[in-house]
Amino acid sequence: MTTLHLDAEALYADLLARVRPLLRPDAALVGIWSGGAWLAERLQRDLGLAGKPGVISSALHRDDFGSRGLAGTTDATALPFAIDGRHILLIDDVLYTGRTTRAVLNELFDFGRPASVTLAVLVDRGGRELPIEPAVSAARVVLPPSQKLDLTRDAAGRFDFAIEGT
Amino acid sequence: MLSKRNPQLNAHGELIHLLSIEGLPKAVLTQILDTAGTFLSVNDREVKKVPLLRGKSVFNLFFENSTRTRTTFEIAAKRLSADVINLDIARSSTAKGESLLDTIANLSAMHADMFVVRHAESGAPYLIAQHVAPHVHVVNAGDGRHAHPTQGLLDMYTIRHYKQDFANLTVAIVGDIVHSRVARSDIHALTTLGAAEVRAVGPRTLVPGDLKAMGVRVCHSLEEGIKDADVIITLRLQNERMSGALLPSAGEYFKNFGLTEDKLALAKSDAIVMHPGPINRGVEIDSAVADGRQSVILPQVTYGIAVRMAVMSIIAGNDA
Amino acid sequence: MKVLITNGRVVDPASGRDERADVAIAAGRIVGIGAASPDFDADRVIDARGLVVAPGLVDLAARLREPGQEHEGMLESELAAAAAGGVTSLICLPDTDPTLDEPGLVEMLKFRARKLSRCRLFPLGALTRGLGGEVLTEMAELTEAGCVGFSQADAPVRDTQVLARALQYAATFGYTVWLRPNDPWLGGGVAASGAVATRLGLSGVPVSAETIALHTIFDLVRASGARVHLCRLSSAAGVELLRAAKAEGLPVTADVSINSLHLTDVDIGYFNPAMRLVPPLRQQRDRDALRAGLADGTIDALVSDHTPVDADAKILPFAEAEPGATGLELLLGLALKWGDGAGIGLTRALASVTSAPVRVLGGALGSLAASAGRLVEGGVADVCIFDPSAHWAVTAAALRSQGKSTPFAFDASGVELPARVRYTLVAGHIAHEAA
Repeated sequence: MTTLHLDAEALYADLLARVRPLLRPDAALVGIWSGGAWLAERLQRDLGLAGKPGVISSALHRDDFGSRGLAGTTDATALPFAIDGRHILLIDDVLYTGRTTRAVLNELFDFGRPASVTLAVLVDRGGRELPIEPAVSAARVVLPPSQKLDLTRDAAGRFDFAIEGT
Repeated sequence: MLSKRNPQLNAHGELIHLLSIEGLPKAVLTQILDTAGTFLSVNDREVKKVPLLRGKSVFNLFFENSTRTRTTFEIAAKRLSADVINLDIARSSTAKGESLLDTIANLSAMHADMFVVRHAESGAPYLIAQHVAPHVHVVNAGDGRHAHPTQGLLDMYTIRHYKQDFANLTVAIVGDIVHSRVARSDIHALTTLGAAEVRAVGPRTLVPGDLKAMGVRVCHSLEEGIKDADVIITLRLQNERMSGALLPSAGEYFKNFGLTEDKLALAKSDAIVMHPGPINRGVEIDSAVADGRQSVILPQVTYGIAVRMAVMSIIAGNDA
Repeated sequence: MKVLITNGRVVDPASGRDERADVAIAAGRIVGIGAASPDFDADRVIDARGLVVAPGLVDLAARLREPGQEHEGMLESELAAAAAGGVTSLICLPDTDPTLDEPGLVEMLKFRARKLSRCRLFPLGALTRGLGGEVLTEMAELTEAGCVGFSQADAPVRDTQVLARALQYAATFGYTVWLRPNDPWLGGGVAASGAVATRLGLSGVPVSAETIALHTIFDLVRASGARVHLCRLSSAAGVELLRAAKAEGLPVTADVSINSLHLTDVDIGYFNPAMRLVPPLRQQRDRDALRAGLADGTIDALVSDHTPVDADAKILPFAEAEPGATGLELLLGLALKWGDGAGIGLTRALASVTSAPVRVLGGALGSLAASAGRLVEGGVADVCIFDPSAHWAVTAAALRSQGKSTPFAFDASGVELPARVRYTLVAGHIAHEAA
């Protein structure tokens, strides 16, 4: 039995390299809570961008509210800049069904009308249920639906992956 | 007798109705307050709507008039994208003798998903919650003297916003406590959230000794009651109290229990002054205090919408 | 008809008898208690092996809702309920519609009850016309028609002078006045004053509503010499005042309801309308004092306070719900449950619902006084035969009364009541036989 091992730091370096050419001069980074937000924070620094990246949550626009109820409350959206007419680079750690991205897009549009939205993710694990594609992904893996893949960050700020389930 | 599960919670301890703060665990109250914080930020956006209650019908059933409270519930429901129907019960079939439960049954047949109920009799929302279908949720907007849980919650949100931690707080509630559902909800919330001391302040006719059983210190002088308080909640004094031989006049009440700037100086210098509204200026509170720098009466109203959005979205997301 | 009850445990609180014996009945009377004579040719033999053979219960307070309140109860259903509960004599209250203030109404009621042959009916007449508390009723006429006393039910007499004169007038003839001690100004709340009422935001009835009324009644009794029976005592302070009044030698007796004996205000729970009762349920220490008072005889009798309420009138917010609960079928079980819990024994518990109520009624029962509430050779054959080891769930289906609301409902409490009535005989005729 082989255990999948993803080197998050290595993938981050790859993501940074691929994102750099995509970046428009006036673009703004927005990270999807929580893993995407961590990535956006580091990218903001490494890309030499001024200010802070935005953090966006899918909580209020999820399509599973009827069955799951309201999720936790610590993942609030915080966008320290205006959205109208802005080119947005949306960052997420793992892209799977695409539903989180759909919810986040709806949330984003509640704040204004962006000029464009480009999606960059660390890992694309396939299994899409909606027509959503990233412009950039550092890795593509296939995992059984029973497994959950999440980005982790330790006290020193180092990234790693956590795989839960069988 | 069998001890019954609190009808507000399902078998997993999740909130399905909001009928009273009493009996709700601290974790549930905290969840509501935290969620309210999220919704406050929604109210600052350009698009002040989220789709959580889209397609749901919220029926405002006010058997007792209140344009203010009804309006805030309506705004809250609409910001959650719900359809809101206001039922003016006084002019409707209930006045023609239709029983309370028949009214509910008829409305349920129109596929109501949530009832927001205000009623003159303590306990009415419990009766309603007992008789609605499993997927229907009930929010108590005030029942008789018993409870006004959303007001209690928004009062707690306000206190938490200005004072952060409940553990060291001395809170004085001043006024007609025996007849006040707001006071009861505030008292339950404060004791559950761990406030250091809650004082009930007023003349003996309005603040009887058996309030002690609710965990408050009873004070019959304003000076004793608000000394070194961190929070003062003043309650509205209703005219009916004068006719029931409970008080001689509003004037005498104001002289002895009205919150003026002088009296306010007895509390801590950073004490906040609250009032559930509407204010009777010159009866329970002086205009100078109501409009003064320590008053947080207007922010309370803003928080009220966010708290009601939080309550509705939480209960709508939990199954019976 | 000749009936022979064999092998039962005959318990008669009045005489202290508690032994295996046969009971022979003929022409409506008990002709023998003991080993049955072989010549006794019974038309019906009841094998009471394992059962208790007791006097038929005497309930001092039941509302039958006729005339006028038929949507809440009918004579047929309520007297059938009495028989099912082992009750062979009951005293009914005058707050019917119209009130029992006319001899004709009393006669009609007694006539209808006699025809049904389920239970003996002894009405209380209204003390004042229409129970309005202003004009006296024709007490002598009403007594001649069959009233055993005079009552205001729950209607107050606000004018103390009227009350004083009513007692004086009743004393002229030696009639007993039945009063529930409740000051009308203080007693208008829907729950007992205290922590529960405060928490639930329900208007309270302070204990002083009962004690102030008791003080007034005792003073008026001292002045008039009238006999008074105090109905539905509810507080420890009330029991204390009663104890002192009896020690003083005042001609007063008292009863307590099955509800006040077993429940407290905490049982209101989440505004359960089945707990909306008059008098309101008080606190634990009041319940303890009521139990002690019934045990030591300060309180003479236990009553069902049977008040059937239409189901729709209970599906309302607490304060709007109509007060009352069904009780005739629960009286025996709750008397025994009290006796068990208090370690008092079957005989003493049964006394509270048989011989003691008859003592309260005294001469008002006429010739019946000698044998009602007891099993005595030559006396009337009013018998309750029950299974002391059985239990039953109080459900709507199990109740014969039209009133199904009761605080002891099995659905709510999960608790069954002890004792199942198997046979009830009134004047030697089988008024009830369990399936």
